[in-house]
Amino acid sequence: MTPSTDTPLSITVENLSVTYSNARLALYNASCVVQPGTITGLVGPNGGGKSTLFKSIMGFLRPSQGHIRISDCSVQAAQKRQWMAYVPQSDEVDWNFPVSVFDVVMMGRYGYMNLLRIPSATDRRVVSDSLDRVGLSDIRHRQIGELSGGQKKRAFLARALAQQGKIILLDEPFTGVDVKTEKRIIELLIQLKHEGHTILVSTHDLASISTFCDRVILLNQTVLASGTTDETFTEENLTMTFGGLPISSLPHQQNCTLVTDNEQQTRLAVQHSIQAQRQQVSAITTHNPSYLPQTCD
Amino acid sequence: MNTIITALPMWDWLIEPLQFGFLVKALWVSAFVGTVCAVLSCYITLKGWSLMGDAVSHAVVPGVVVAYAIGIPFSVGAFLFGFGATVAIGYVKSKTRLKEDAVIGVIFTGFFAFGLVLATKIPSNIDLFHILFGNVLGISQQDIIQTLIAGITTLLIILLRRKDLLLFCFDPNHAKAIGLNIQLMYYTLLSVLALTIVAALQTAGIVLVVAMLVTPGATAYLLTDRFDRMLMISVATGILSCVLGTYLSYHLDVSTGGSIVVILTILFLLAMTFAPKYGILAQQTNS
Repeated sequence: MTPSTDTPLSITVENLSVTYSNARLALYNASCVVQPGTITGLVGPNGGGKSTLFKSIMGFLRPSQGHIRISDCSVQAAQKRQWMAYVPQSDEVDWNFPVSVFDVVMMGRYGYMNLLRIPSATDRRVVSDSLDRVGLSDIRHRQIGELSGGQKKRAFLARALAQQGKIILLDEPFTGVDVKTEKRIIELLIQLKHEGHTILVSTHDLASISTFCDRVILLNQTVLASGTTDETFTEENLTMTFGGLPISSLPHQQNCTLVTDNEQQTRLAVQHSIQAQRQQVSAITTHNPSYLPQTCD
Repeated sequence: MNTIITALPMWDWLIEPLQFGFLVKALWVSAFVGTVCAVLSCYITLKGWSLMGDAVSHAVVPGVVVAYAIGIPFSVGAFLFGFGATVAIGYVKSKTRLKEDAVIGVIFTGFFAFGLVLATKIPSNIDLFHILFGNVLGISQQDIIQTLIAGITTLLIILLRRKDLLLFCFDPNHAKAIGLNIQLMYYTLLSVLALTIVAALQTAGIVLVVAMLVTPGATAYLLTDRFDRMLMISVATGILSCVLGTYLSYHLDVSTGGSIVVILTILFLLAMTFAPKYGILAQQTNS
């Protein structure tokens, strides 16, 4: 049974494990549901598997175990129906490529065109509307490398809009973006949610999560917790997710040794039950107040 | 009037060789090959497949030898071996932990060496020197037909699939996300690469064909930020170098493929130095 185009879609991830060719385990037995018509935040440390989960949901890599459904469809079927829009991380894009903002947004329409990809009047109208909506109409003919950080994000968001995907995944949309643009993107995401889109955002900007995410999924090599933001986005859960490190240090964290420690703790976290981990964490937090997350009060 | 024109040495330089049929033929064949290579070079440059181009060109050698030995058109053998090498590269890469450049290095030299061994063992009238360095001045009618078929097929495929191929070069993940078959695009681009090399074999030869597949696109890329202009500049560069190179090789009695590539490289160096935005001089005044 296929849901009608107006019903918001859900993403169901079941027992997903991903191992890279160098035998590194990126995700272990992760299960979660992204509820239809919500904005869900995907939170976890660097190397915790956020991008891997994204790439699995988009079908860019083949999981070694488990499966993913988009409502009742497979990922491939959902892609053929133009349901799945993806806004890549900035460093995945070749900004020197000789394409204009308009060209990029038009690429969102290719799935609707015939084999020669000749845009119809509808395609042109949708592209123009999408550019209007993100406020890039005036600079539609600029080469993408000439844009500012915020404009770059909005250009790719406009491509997702032009694709009219029911599900939009945004990988770290707030890195390298000023506060004004971040606010603008958040406003747009809330509008899109009300129009029936299901939105999954990965971010390590913990401060903004509670302002716009209905639900969160906490990820560190596996799904440690998921649910409504109020219930799940707690200091206790965050401390567990980030392996007991002071949360305030994470966004600026450059130190490699810290990451290694972090990964070691993560392996422990996967081995032990979450319950045991929780007890350990609460012990740490009661005895050492500096481990409390400071960015989300 | 006539005497004024003929008095100009440049005019003489251009007109005099045209009395020879073989040279006229060589001129338009190399201009055609220059066009085909220049169009594809835009995609190859943007995709970062220069090394792949080098690999395919070397890998066709055993194909050419086998084709001559069993009496089929050389282009069929060349295409099969060139394309086969890319499939082998993809297979080895997916089955080992090696990086792509190592795999490419191993496979293409293996194919090339196998071709050399075959060429020196199988008795035939193949001139190895012509395969390696091209021989457009001595091109036969039959070879022209094969060049035309390979080149026109390439141009048609690129013309019809140009938007998908550009998307594939720019953002294969998005292509996959909207349900396009990126496996098919990958093999389409590899096939046109192999076809272009087949078309260019007689003009530039195996060793230098990679220059025609990379340099025009690379030159154009330094001069513009728009793909359609890049395509035009690339084609202009390709044709100019091929025609001028062929003239030079006649007048100076030097290798045709060699002079074409020397001119291509000079044009590249000029673009690199004087390009209005990305040239070395412009970058220096900016910083």
